[in-house]
Amino acid sequence: MSEASRGSALDELDRRNADWYIDRLVQVLVFVGGVSAIVFILGIFVFITKEGLGFIGGRFSITEFFGSIAWRPTSRNPTYGALALIVGTASVTGLAMVVAVPFSLGAAIYIAEFSSGRTREALKVLVELLAAIPSVVWGFIGLSIMNPLIIRWFDTPVGLNVLNAGIILGLMAAPIMTTIAEDALKAVPDSYREAAEAMGATRWQVIRSVVIPAGKNGLVAAVLLGVGRGFGETMAVLMASGHSINLPTSPLDSVRALTATIAAELGETANGSEHYGALFTLGILLFVVTFAINLAADIMVRGGRRGRRATAEGGA
Amino acid sequence: MVAGQGQRATSVDGTEALKLSIRNLTIGYGGVPALRDVTLDVRRHEIFGIVGPAGSGKTSFLKAIGRMDEFTRAMSVEGQILFDGKDVREWRNVYALRRRIGVVFPLPVGLPMTVYDNVALSPRLSGIKKKAQLDEIVERCLRRAALWDEVKGRLDALGSLLSGGQQQRLTIARALSQDPELLLLDEFSIAVDPVTTMRIEDVLKELKSEVTIVLVTNLVQQARRLADRTAFFLTGECVEVGQTEALFEGHVRDERTSAYLEGRFG
Repeated sequence: MSEASRGSALDELDRRNADWYIDRLVQVLVFVGGVSAIVFILGIFVFITKEGLGFIGGRFSITEFFGSIAWRPTSRNPTYGALALIVGTASVTGLAMVVAVPFSLGAAIYIAEFSSGRTREALKVLVELLAAIPSVVWGFIGLSIMNPLIIRWFDTPVGLNVLNAGIILGLMAAPIMTTIAEDALKAVPDSYREAAEAMGATRWQVIRSVVIPAGKNGLVAAVLLGVGRGFGETMAVLMASGHSINLPTSPLDSVRALTATIAAELGETANGSEHYGALFTLGILLFVVTFAINLAADIMVRGGRRGRRATAEGGA
Repeated sequence: MVAGQGQRATSVDGTEALKLSIRNLTIGYGGVPALRDVTLDVRRHEIFGIVGPAGSGKTSFLKAIGRMDEFTRAMSVEGQILFDGKDVREWRNVYALRRRIGVVFPLPVGLPMTVYDNVALSPRLSGIKKKAQLDEIVERCLRRAALWDEVKGRLDALGSLLSGGQQQRLTIARALSQDPELLLLDEFSIAVDPVTTMRIEDVLKELKSEVTIVLVTNLVQQARRLADRTAFFLTGECVEVGQTEALFEGHVRDERTSAYLEGRFG
């Protein structure tokens, strides 16, 4: 190579061309996209906290809020006991998980481990379609189908209760849980299955002693996301739970959920009033609980990737 | 020696001394043949080597023996594979069949459970629950696989976190934990250092008195060191089967065999 041409090649090294600028531009755009998501979430948190702060700093009392079931924000002497709402949400979510966990894990295991080819593709599309049903439709099913059924089967005056809302919410959460659980099972390498099958393990033994333990973290994350979905769901619960303030003693009692209370009452409060602040305090509670659940799910999934040491069941 | 007498004992009913009897085995993947019309016998308590370049159908051959074609939908198997005189596809309980056949894959598969549980998995699956008995099996198999000294202090570490070579020996220990009658090794030394390979080879020679071993290998010298008889596979065809030493000394029926064994191939 001649001295002159080598010089021009070095010049090129020092020149920023279109590729360089495009690369920079894309980096900036992606950065803005990523940061804005964080900014929005923080913004929402700040807004909810600000709106609720007036109430927390004034009328709020921990013992009343968490210890009393008297939620009477429009009475002449208003009381703000949220215990019944918290228990309402928790009981509906709890029952929903009893319904959803076996269904969704069973479906995920079937789709990931037993079905194949067309059956499998069809099932996956169907499950995703189920996940896309609007919650008001589920609420409608609770109101117009489940309600008369529960009245007839259990001989109760009202069919809108924990049982109804729990089943509806469970069916609602099951598809998304199925999808995530199936992903977790699919992420288990086929070589594990083949190694276990070559050893003479039956299909069920392979699933039970190799696939499920290997995908455990993803499965737990799926369940936790289902719990988060249950906690946050509003419309279906509002329509199917009966919406009456009550500490339930049986699944046939009507309850009221945190989310449903906010949805039903917020439109009728004066902006900045005590009642308004109290509803936002419920919102803070929901936000914190949902955040904690999602964080737990996230840590679970990460734990799986890092592959921590397992405690030896047999070697202990 | 039992293995030596085996060659003459075939006269009883022709199958007595044979662990495996392969007749006209043809394997294809979605219509594309991987192995064509292979007929050979594996005698009880011998090490049977299979050598051949990549794509010669060696792995497919091993898969078909344990009916592992059932994992792979597109794989079709024709012909007969007689295991103890009965076609493997006639055994009603495929799981029981596979428990009698230990398999070591070319790439190490440490299952995501503890070292102890990896080796104890198979005994547990077949119903052994007593701790003392499991301890004994785990230690014996890990010792045989030349891994015990390295892991005895951390049996509760995750098996999938061991190094590649250790995982491969763990896989071998797991195959031995089945107490198999037939051991299928598919290029077991691919991820193992030479010193450890030698130690495992010594173990295989000892095991020969209890187990029949089919050894697929890319290292022709490994076949020479271990195998009593060796088969040469080439692009889906079994070119020839013979006494290992005779083949290496050049007593071949097909010129391609000695070309491959001497490394002047292609």
